[in-house]
Amino acid sequence: MKEWKDYFWNSRVKDSGTDMHILKATIIKDSKILLRDRVGLFMMFFMPILLVIVITSVQNSTFELVNNNKISLIVFNKDKGPLGGHMIEAIRKIGLFKMQIEDSTLPVNDVSSAMYSKDALVAIVIPAQFTSFIQNQADEIATRALKDTDNIDAKSVIHMELPDSLLMYYHPVMQASFRQSVEGALRSSVQVIQGEAIVKKLYESVNQKEIPTDLEKQILFGQIPISEVPVSRSGSRTIPNASQHNVPAWTIFAMFFIVLSLGGTIVREKNSGSFIRLKTMPASYLHALFSKQFVYLMVTVLQATVIFVIGNKIFPFIGLPTLHLPKDIWALLIVTTVCGYCAVNYAICVGVYANTAEQSNGFGAISILIMAALGGLIVPSFAMPAHLQKVLQLSPLHWALEAYYGLFLEGGKLKDIWMNILSLLGITLLIQLFTLYGLKKKNLI
Amino acid sequence: MSTPAIKIQDLEFQYPRQEGVCIKNFNLEISAGERFGLFGPNGAGKTTLMNLMTGLLKYTAGSIRLLDHEINDHPKSINTIFGFVPQDFSYYPELSARENLAFYGAWYRLDKQQIKNRSEELLEVLGLTSVGDRILKSFSGGMKRRVNLAIGVMHKPQVLFLDEPTVGVDVQSRHAIIHYLKKQNESGTTLIYTSHQLEEAAELCNKIALIDDGKIIAHDSLKVLLEKHGHEGMEGLFLELTGKRFRD
Repeated sequence: MKEWKDYFWNSRVKDSGTDMHILKATIIKDSKILLRDRVGLFMMFFMPILLVIVITSVQNSTFELVNNNKISLIVFNKDKGPLGGHMIEAIRKIGLFKMQIEDSTLPVNDVSSAMYSKDALVAIVIPAQFTSFIQNQADEIATRALKDTDNIDAKSVIHMELPDSLLMYYHPVMQASFRQSVEGALRSSVQVIQGEAIVKKLYESVNQKEIPTDLEKQILFGQIPISEVPVSRSGSRTIPNASQHNVPAWTIFAMFFIVLSLGGTIVREKNSGSFIRLKTMPASYLHALFSKQFVYLMVTVLQATVIFVIGNKIFPFIGLPTLHLPKDIWALLIVTTVCGYCAVNYAICVGVYANTAEQSNGFGAISILIMAALGGLIVPSFAMPAHLQKVLQLSPLHWALEAYYGLFLEGGKLKDIWMNILSLLGITLLIQLFTLYGLKKKNLI
Repeated sequence: MSTPAIKIQDLEFQYPRQEGVCIKNFNLEISAGERFGLFGPNGAGKTTLMNLMTGLLKYTAGSIRLLDHEINDHPKSINTIFGFVPQDFSYYPELSARENLAFYGAWYRLDKQQIKNRSEELLEVLGLTSVGDRILKSFSGGMKRRVNLAIGVMHKPQVLFLDEPTVGVDVQSRHAIIHYLKKQNESGTTLIYTSHQLEEAAELCNKIALIDDGKIIAHDSLKVLLEKHGHEGMEGLFLELTGKRFRD
């Protein structure tokens, strides 16, 4: 027995390798395979960049529609009195609409076809009795306000018949929140007209003469201004643009989409002869996993860096708002690294449990979409129903998004977002434990 | 008496969620330095046995000792003793032959210089030096088989398991592989080999075992078995012992 042991230990190639040497060789191997996969690289870099540009462009149009562009509005004024005209003037003063006055004799049934032909999002029809209704209402209110209401003769109360309602037609493409904003703006115009009529009536009743024009204008348009101030931890008053909102969000999405490449690679390697051979070698498969973590983490960090640089340097040249990078660049690097690390571990986990590349790709892609939806990338998390508010905390994309928003939108620093980073690391740890369980269960380590 | 290369005693194994015992009361001893052939029809248990001997599967009862090391007890530490050449091409086709040898050499815990020297030696012996930097995707079947073999012997193993190492290759490549394996055996490496190519087996192996249904049905030197059963070639012996029914 001894002679064989001596033969074995003396004659075989000396075991002088180290775990670090194995890891380095595996990283070199993974890097070379990755760099030689031109299509894979294209998918990993070009497609996310395209995604971010397209989403930002689309969202930027919405931003501009709401913030800069005026909403096309057609007005059909069927009122013969002066207040219909005042109403039109009040709407014009709001500044939200690009207004077209149309033929007041047009039947109500033809309003929709007029909207399509004029490419209008909203149309309003001012009813025929608009002036008389508001003036009668003002008369009654003034009368009641100037008398002791207890002594009012029941006969002196004017019973007003409600006119046809002010009709608002809207294009179905308008979202509910946007429609409500338009309705609110129109309602405020009506209130201005009603207020003007009441004050005029009161003035005339008290002073027995017509209200001076300057006073009338002051009542109509002398509203207290509202100044908008975006809340920022850095004290910056820069208004967040579509890039600040969308680039970080969809960069996270792109990083997690590494599951399509890495998950499939893990499955293919697991099912191939090369993995069988690795299992018969004097090193743990964990070396292969650590190598993949390192190489693909570099890929995700590089993806994010490229997207942020494009947002900052290239966006202004293609008509998109500039992505302003956070002042705390180290915090940005830490968040990106932790997010990328979580994405890579998620991809490895999917690859370990999937039996085929199709399973890995299908489950990986759909699960990322679900986590993105839960994480607030598609609909803001504050707008989600209460029961989803708890579930979304399980989505790593939620914590990554919160951390990025803390930096990009709120101008925060590392100390402001460390809870988000810890949560992300906690979820990463859970994913790793689940992966280890899968590796053990499948006899892979 | 020297330590056997492989000693299998009362081995039992059953695949999970499959009815019936795959291997039961299996005993086999392979002496160090032998060129041992393991033969049998499809489904006989050859690959299962090979996977058990290399630690890819864990046996449920009995013992497999590789150079006096129990396989189940020390699956990783004993992996430096043996080499494995699977039937499938077990390398990274996106890498060159040199890059594959460098990667697997590191996994065999060889240092940089050892990897370099051994890679060049193997590429030379197997006639691959001039194409060592070409990626393996572009290789012919015979060249791929030679690379597959080179990876398995990078660390100069004492026991080499070969699962159909010459399947699908041309005569020249087969000749080179068999020649190399014989040289390895002469330098002390025990060969444990499975194949369906019986002529090649007769040329290479000095001892064989025929197995069927997870049991050994014949075990001796090829010469003794042929004399005992009155056959001139291995095919006749094989058909007599395992029958003519299909095993697909």
